[in-house]
Amino acid sequence: MKRILTILVLLTMGGLQLSAQTKSKAKPAAKVTKVPAAVMANGNKIYGQYCLSCHMADGGGVQNMNPPLNGTSYVLGDKTRLIKVILNGFSQNVDIDGESYTNVMAPHNFLKDQEIADVLSYIRNSFGNKASGISATEVKAVRAKNKK
Amino acid sequence: MNRNLLKYVLAATLITSVASFYALKSDKGLKADPDNAGLKLPEGFGALKVAETGAKARHLVVTPQGDIYVKLAKPKDGKGILQLHENSDGKAQLTGGFGNYGGTGIYLKDGYLYASSNQEVFRYKLNDQNVVLNPDQPEKIVTGLKMGRQHETKSLVLDNDGNLYVNIGAYSNSCQVQDRGYQSPGIPGCPILDSAGGIWQFKANKLSQSYGDGIRYATGLRNVVGLDWNQQNNQLFVMQHGRDNLNSSWPALYDVKESAELPAECLYALKKGDNAGWPYLYYDQIQHKKIVAPEYGGDKKKEADAKYLDPAVAYPGHMAPNGLLFYTGKMFPEKYKNGAFIAFHGSWNRAPEPQKGYFVVFQPFKDGKPSGDWEIFADHFSGTPEKAAAGRADHRPCGLAQGADGSLYITDDSKGTIYRIIYTKK
Repeated sequence: MKRILTILVLLTMGGLQLSAQTKSKAKPAAKVTKVPAAVMANGNKIYGQYCLSCHMADGGGVQNMNPPLNGTSYVLGDKTRLIKVILNGFSQNVDIDGESYTNVMAPHNFLKDQEIADVLSYIRNSFGNKASGISATEVKAVRAKNKK
Repeated sequence: MNRNLLKYVLAATLITSVASFYALKSDKGLKADPDNAGLKLPEGFGALKVAETGAKARHLVVTPQGDIYVKLAKPKDGKGILQLHENSDGKAQLTGGFGNYGGTGIYLKDGYLYASSNQEVFRYKLNDQNVVLNPDQPEKIVTGLKMGRQHETKSLVLDNDGNLYVNIGAYSNSCQVQDRGYQSPGIPGCPILDSAGGIWQFKANKLSQSYGDGIRYATGLRNVVGLDWNQQNNQLFVMQHGRDNLNSSWPALYDVKESAELPAECLYALKKGDNAGWPYLYYDQIQHKKIVAPEYGGDKKKEADAKYLDPAVAYPGHMAPNGLLFYTGKMFPEKYKNGAFIAFHGSWNRAPEPQKGYFVVFQPFKDGKPSGDWEIFADHFSGTPEKAAAGRADHRPCGLAQGADGSLYITDDSKGTIYRIIYTKK
């Protein structure tokens, strides 16, 4: 079993690297600039207040219940989709890396644009993640369209 | 002379066959693993790893013939129930599997194996060796049960009068307008309770029953995974998973410490028609009171209507009791007889406080009622205390079963290990 797990982990890592490579080839302009320390600090504070109780201090989530935030396409991929998870919550039946998670995430649309931007920038650059930050302007644009 | 020889031969044959019969019957080969399978146990007990299934092993049953049926949360290679057979040394190997559905409940009674998906209950006829006769043709006993994205499992148990009890968990944390939402109020007259949030009673031998055929035996139970029938006073006992998110939904009322401790995980002794009060209340094991839920006007102090059922025992919060078993075996010392073992799967909703659980508790009983303080019976499923505190346990105890010899079996739904605890002191 351990061997199978190792193989799975290696495959997943390989897959992530591959997709990361294809992504960076497709969009050479989107270079990852370092998120400012103040943003990380505020993001960490918001994470502790609203996210940690489900996604845990290490961002690893909870088996079968709350999905992990490290290394998943939901966190590292499309920013709009990620911002919408915060605004609308999440209760879809999806498999993330072959595992399903059943807990309901309530909408967190009561957070301000800047707070959402900071916590998402923090998540995208913590727990081993490395991705571009998200700005309050981007959150504002998604929120405006989200209202319909 | 010839007759004498015949006598000797007969006598010798008899002695040999009796001796080999005893050799088969005795537990000569059964012994604990040198490290007790990594578990910490009371003195005189030992443990062995029966099998590593590598599957999400939920509840299980063990037959007197040494077959083990394990219900899996998710089918493995298309099999939702694994069948294993034990060797005389207690180690078991996989001998088969059937049922292409995931689920939790499994129970053996009166010549049938009952098993549940998250929406239905099936039963399989057994032969006189307790082997399933037609694994691909179960009878569908119950169908069309509600299943949400949470608390979806359908644990089950039977009484001695041909009735089947099935948990239908509430697909909600506290029946809020916005489930688990920030300061979201409770829905008045929580409509979920019509078809979930309780224990339903069905006939054990009637086909294709659903809500119309069953009885809502007890209500106001958020979610039950561990349940068992107490043979001493002929009563159903259940372990409720208490509500989450007191702090994240109501930060002005509950700080993170209070939210980690509250509410209790409760053991209830049920009678037909009982109402344990979810979602309108939770049990505060520190104040020893039923407290009105914040979603329904509670302020952390206001007591709930006394009409609601009191727990038989209240345990610390969020430890997730997934297995309950009344011990009726003869192997363990007298104090364990008719007491309850409870498998606490381990918490998550205590963060950022250290997580708790990941152990099996013993709750003493006397005359069918809890009597005396509970104690941790089997610990260190997590690997290390640090892993338990971080919620990153290696193994998570889930299902409990008793072997014919009185051994206690425990499943782990994280790595799929099957443990067996034996009493080794002579």
